[in-house]
Amino acid sequence: MSMETNQQPPLVLMRDMRVSFGGVHAVNDVTVDLRAGEVVGLVGGNGAGKSTLMRALSGAHPADGGQIFINGQPVIIPNPRAAKDYGIETIYQTLALADNVDAAANMFLGRELTTRVGSLDDAAMESATRKVIGRLNPNFKNFKTPVVSLSGGQRQSVAIARAVHFNAKILIMDEPTAALGPAETAQVRDLIKQLKSEGIGIFLISHDIHDVFDLADRISVMLHGKLVGTVNKQEVTTDEVLAMIIMGKLPTEVTQRDLASLHG
Amino acid sequence: MAQASEVAPVVAGSKPPRSLGSLYRSMELDTRLLGMLIALIVMWIGFDRLSGGLFLTSPNLWNLSVQSSAVAVMATGMVLIIVSRNIDLSVGSILGLTGYTMAMVQAVWIPTTLHLGWEQPYTFLVALVVGITLGALIGGFQGVIIAYIGVPSFIVTLGGLLVWRGLVFEIQQGQTISPIDKTFTIIGGGLPDGALGEVSWIVAALLCVGIVFMMWSSRRRSRTYGFPVRPLWSAILISVVGCAGVLAAVWVVTEGYAWPPLLAHKYAIEHHVAEPAGGLQIPVGLAVPVLILLVVALVMTLIATRRRFGRYVFAIGGNPEAAELAGINTRRTILGTYVIMGILCAISGAIQTARLGSGVTSLGTSDELSVIAAAVIGGTSFTGGIGTIPGAILGAVVMQTLRSGMLTLKVDSPIQDLVVGSVLVAAVAVNTVIGRRAK
Repeated sequence: MSMETNQQPPLVLMRDMRVSFGGVHAVNDVTVDLRAGEVVGLVGGNGAGKSTLMRALSGAHPADGGQIFINGQPVIIPNPRAAKDYGIETIYQTLALADNVDAAANMFLGRELTTRVGSLDDAAMESATRKVIGRLNPNFKNFKTPVVSLSGGQRQSVAIARAVHFNAKILIMDEPTAALGPAETAQVRDLIKQLKSEGIGIFLISHDIHDVFDLADRISVMLHGKLVGTVNKQEVTTDEVLAMIIMGKLPTEVTQRDLASLHG
Repeated sequence: MAQASEVAPVVAGSKPPRSLGSLYRSMELDTRLLGMLIALIVMWIGFDRLSGGLFLTSPNLWNLSVQSSAVAVMATGMVLIIVSRNIDLSVGSILGLTGYTMAMVQAVWIPTTLHLGWEQPYTFLVALVVGITLGALIGGFQGVIIAYIGVPSFIVTLGGLLVWRGLVFEIQQGQTISPIDKTFTIIGGGLPDGALGEVSWIVAALLCVGIVFMMWSSRRRSRTYGFPVRPLWSAILISVVGCAGVLAAVWVVTEGYAWPPLLAHKYAIEHHVAEPAGGLQIPVGLAVPVLILLVVALVMTLIATRRRFGRYVFAIGGNPEAAELAGINTRRTILGTYVIMGILCAISGAIQTARLGSGVTSLGTSDELSVIAAAVIGGTSFTGGIGTIPGAILGAVVMQTLRSGMLTLKVDSPIQDLVVGSVLVAAVAVNTVIGRRAK
């Protein structure tokens, strides 16, 4: 893409990434990049390998091959903690919440605030949680109850709050609006635009092509574990991206008949 | 993310509660724990009625407290194990091995093998340190196999159940080891030295100060951040009821329970005290095992609720994958729960060995069942992530109450097992139904 013309190295470069599960190449020689203040949409059908690629970046499932560069420096991300140390935060599709503890305990899970004697400072954590979630979701009230009793939208708020509270530089959002109603979805969209303006780079995985077109600057399309291509949003139509997702054909290769067949 | 708006203070305490329900809610009590406490009191009264007043006597309640302590100490550790979705079937055997080893240290290795003599001032301490270290090592060994190699805890500790018990017989060909060091026997709570006497009132005072301090500090912290504060009347009510309970319990075993006449007579002669008519009245007071349990309960509650480690144990139980993705070192956490369990088994082993006055090979046999039952009756859920230390202690008391109550009623042993087994399943059924409704 146009990254060669840029002087600065990209915020994230994942080069020739490979992840296999028992002989199945879930991710096969995929290269993607992300710049500060940019949203890269990652799209593709089920099993295309989008989530697996991102799990390699978040440390949830280390890659079998390939290299990851952050600000041009090669890094190794063997586990989630390493990813967090590089400023990579992830909102998983499953939300990855501990259902039996409250919002504050989830938001600070693994990074608890403690008092001078090393005991948990629950009041300070609850206070911070109230502030962050209060901004994301003003209707959120149940700070004392285990998150299992919260609605889907509220749970999502907790997961998002956890990702944005710790000054992430790189944010991975895996279907962030899947469980949300229209109002909450709009809030998440606003949040993404705000985070982008703060210079955070965001990988956005979504099934919703309109979401991606609304929010992303560039779109990387995957099919059967391989990268079909990465396109600038301004230079393509939704139909052309759909052709990439379904047929694996780049806009330069696609014919009018192909596009017509998408709606047939 | 700095321009956060000020959190509106929620007014929970400022307006007067309207109904009994909201009155109850504003007290922020643990319903499950309260229910168990009520069930326990009902059982006590029931056994007392049925036995014609034999159950609610000071000696019986004192015995109940000592017998419950040994199981309760281990049950606090079992809570963490079960909360993190594991199990430990080896606790009875670890208790047996550590208890027997501690007996060996003081009755064979120090006096005979090392020729250092009997009743040395350090004997009890060496025995304890050896026993507790051994417990931690055994727990750690099992923990490593479970957490790092990935063998299911059921299998590892089932193996441990057999291995550690087998080792007990290998140490000294199954002999009974005695005598136990005099200082060491204090741990067991036997009279005359194993109870605190009037000193119990100091323990009571400390407990009361602790209750009031807890109420005060939680209110202060909530107010600092503008959270809903537990209403003052509720804090005072809980403090008063809590302190009254502590004082009543201590009164029963101190003022309400004197040394047996023979023991008091012996004491009077040895200390040249003039005996009044009707004999010398020496208060028994809290037993040392109960004191040990109080300390263990405090430490374990702090670990479970106020430390990162405890938070991680619960998070792992709630969602192991989420805990891992949050960057928690889940393996080290699991290992930690087994080390703690091993230490608690050794403490309980010390109590039971000291109580018996000798090291026996069968010590702690089938204790794993009582300990698991205590934790589960106390609200610990096998689905993971749910359980409390005070609940497990109450569970241990419930179990012991059943045993001791039926003994008072002269119920046959098979019928006892039948009742205890049924109560166990019924208690978990109730917990499950409550848990389902809470969702």
